[in-house]
Amino acid sequence: MSKIGLIIKREYLRRVSKKSFILLTFLTPFLFAALVFVPLWLSSIKGDEVHTIAILDSTGKYAPLFEDTETYRFINSDQSMDTYRQIPDKEIFAFLAITEDLLENPKAATLYSKKQIPGELSRLVNMTLKKQIESDKLATFNIPNLKEIIKESKINFNIQTIKWGDDGSEKQSSSVVASITGVIFTMLIYMFILIYGGMVMQGVMEEKTNRIIEIMISSVKPFDLMMGKIIGIGFVGLTQVFLWAVMTFILITGGTFFLGGGTESEILRSSMALNTAPNITAIAVQQSGNEWIETLNTINFTEIGILFIVYFIGGYLLYSSLFAAIGSAVDGQEDTQQFMLPVTLLLVFALYAGIYSMENPDGPLAFWCSMIPFTSPIVMMVRVPFDVPLWEILLSIGFLYISSIGFTWLSAKIYRVGILMYGKKPSIKEMLKWLRYK
Amino acid sequence: MNFLETEDVVKQYAGHLALNKVSIQVPQGTIFGLLGPNGAGKTTLIRIINRITAPDSGIIRFNGHESCPEDIYQIGYLPEERGLYKKMKVGEQAIYLGQLKGLSYSEARKRLIHWFEKFDIMPWWNRKLEELSKGMQQKVQFIITVIHEPELLIFDEPFSGFDPVNADRLKQEILELKAAGHTIIFSTHNMSSVEEICDEITLINRSQVVLSGNVKEVRERFKNNTYILNVRRETGEIEELRVRKEDPISNSEWLTKLASQYEILSFTEEIPSMNDIFINTVSGTNTPKA
Repeated sequence: MSKIGLIIKREYLRRVSKKSFILLTFLTPFLFAALVFVPLWLSSIKGDEVHTIAILDSTGKYAPLFEDTETYRFINSDQSMDTYRQIPDKEIFAFLAITEDLLENPKAATLYSKKQIPGELSRLVNMTLKKQIESDKLATFNIPNLKEIIKESKINFNIQTIKWGDDGSEKQSSSVVASITGVIFTMLIYMFILIYGGMVMQGVMEEKTNRIIEIMISSVKPFDLMMGKIIGIGFVGLTQVFLWAVMTFILITGGTFFLGGGTESEILRSSMALNTAPNITAIAVQQSGNEWIETLNTINFTEIGILFIVYFIGGYLLYSSLFAAIGSAVDGQEDTQQFMLPVTLLLVFALYAGIYSMENPDGPLAFWCSMIPFTSPIVMMVRVPFDVPLWEILLSIGFLYISSIGFTWLSAKIYRVGILMYGKKPSIKEMLKWLRYK
Repeated sequence: MNFLETEDVVKQYAGHLALNKVSIQVPQGTIFGLLGPNGAGKTTLIRIINRITAPDSGIIRFNGHESCPEDIYQIGYLPEERGLYKKMKVGEQAIYLGQLKGLSYSEARKRLIHWFEKFDIMPWWNRKLEELSKGMQQKVQFIITVIHEPELLIFDEPFSGFDPVNADRLKQEILELKAAGHTIIFSTHNMSSVEEICDEITLINRSQVVLSGNVKEVRERFKNNTYILNVRRETGEIEELRVRKEDPISNSEWLTKLASQYEILSFTEEIPSMNDIFINTVSGTNTPKA
């Protein structure tokens, strides 16, 4: 086996056989799923306690409107407030006092309780009363069939977006779904570059501080050692991506199979309901689950998957070679900060550019940042679900790979000198000087 | 025949000349002492021989040809700063490093078992390196250096970190390797070990070769007509005298003269120790033409 092959093999096997890698790889998808579904599930749990609400309605008009729900039971009471106030009834959770016709005096209804009134209850009361007041108000106009007219004029509207293919074919698209997909992949690529690039740096520093480096490079060329490490760790990353893809697939198909088709739309509905903006909730709830699945299907996951791998490899190579150069130049963890900062800033900038590009995936920010090699792996992933022209993708990949190779070459030169330098922390200027060493 | 030669090797680092026209000759099958104070340039020269760094100018001849990348398979290097992968199992690690030196997996394994048994460290095969004592780690490191049976071995301070028993054991191993025909470059500050095992030396000071040659010859060269006399005084007590022969007369003439003053019990010429030679040479005094 060639030496670089031996190094790749060692770096790879050592890392994938670690308990922490195995645990993290298999638990993360469940953790993510839990992160999404546990709050949904928790919010859907109703307290098993049923609260009793006593209604003291002096008008007698509103009390019959309240219907019992799973959590609230409404009872009519003809006793006065003061009686209750003086002799507290433990059974009663809250009192709704309505003293006048609400159309004439909207402030005539009040909720009293010894406890904090839950938002859910006040919303329920508001909705019930509002509906009645609205219809009372409408009735005052004395227009026949007004209710029916209003009902008919409430039209559901949500614009359909269709994207034309080059051959004129129509494709239904949803910018919301595309955005979410893009952001997920962007976050993933950002995370992978940061985690695995950092791993390369740690590995280089380990060899340097262990002083094994001198033995290693008396057997192999520094370039082979560096590349072996970068490639080996890169494979670890790809292994993780692959395992996650397989597990996600199994979780989703398994989940759909066990829960049945209907549940999925329910989950989507409830996930949308979490969103506080009421108009979005309205749209989402009215859109059926099947439609969501349909738009999800318009996204070309194979293309995204392939591009994800291509951009991951390019971006990882670019950044990890920089991380390797940094790791070689410093003596210990505490010295890395100064050099890490610019690299991390670049990555964070790329992430922000990616998130802002989501709003306008064909705008100038998105375009240029998906061409510049340091940001392109991250920003392009946002744009890909929106169908980027092929020439842009090819150009951006071209730039990325050319600069990856260039930076690997430069980093190798710094690495070669840096790994044998102990003591003083070098300045950037000195590191640039190393580039010219024989 | 010289197994290794360097000719006018120059290496410049930013603002400092590490090696200034350094030429050494290492004869085949000998133990060659590469001496010099800290910072003289020894490590740089060793790294150049190991092809870890390249010289700015000068030639390195290895086994008769100009040094080429394949030569590293014929070099075993024990650096002064020891180090191995702390978290890796000893056996696995040694096999890996043997493979990097060009051995096949099975060959590396076979040879390692032989060495591990020889050093009685077989039970440590599946332990992580960090669980071993310092001395044990040194043994492992030594084995890794010699595992691929290279023609040239470079030991940089090999005895540091060993107790006297193990240091002696190691010395015997080094002498055995020499007997088996290996050429050995031995870099150390411990001058008594130089006297014991080195055949040839080169002393580097401030990036330059200041002294070189056969150990016996070098010591002869530094003789300064000083003799040790054991005499008995008239009072009966025995005394050791260190006398310098100032006049250019023969030893027998001088002895006759001395014998008239003392009862001479023994008469030996003082041969300077390598330690004295080292200190004198490096501190700039008494520098004869090499």
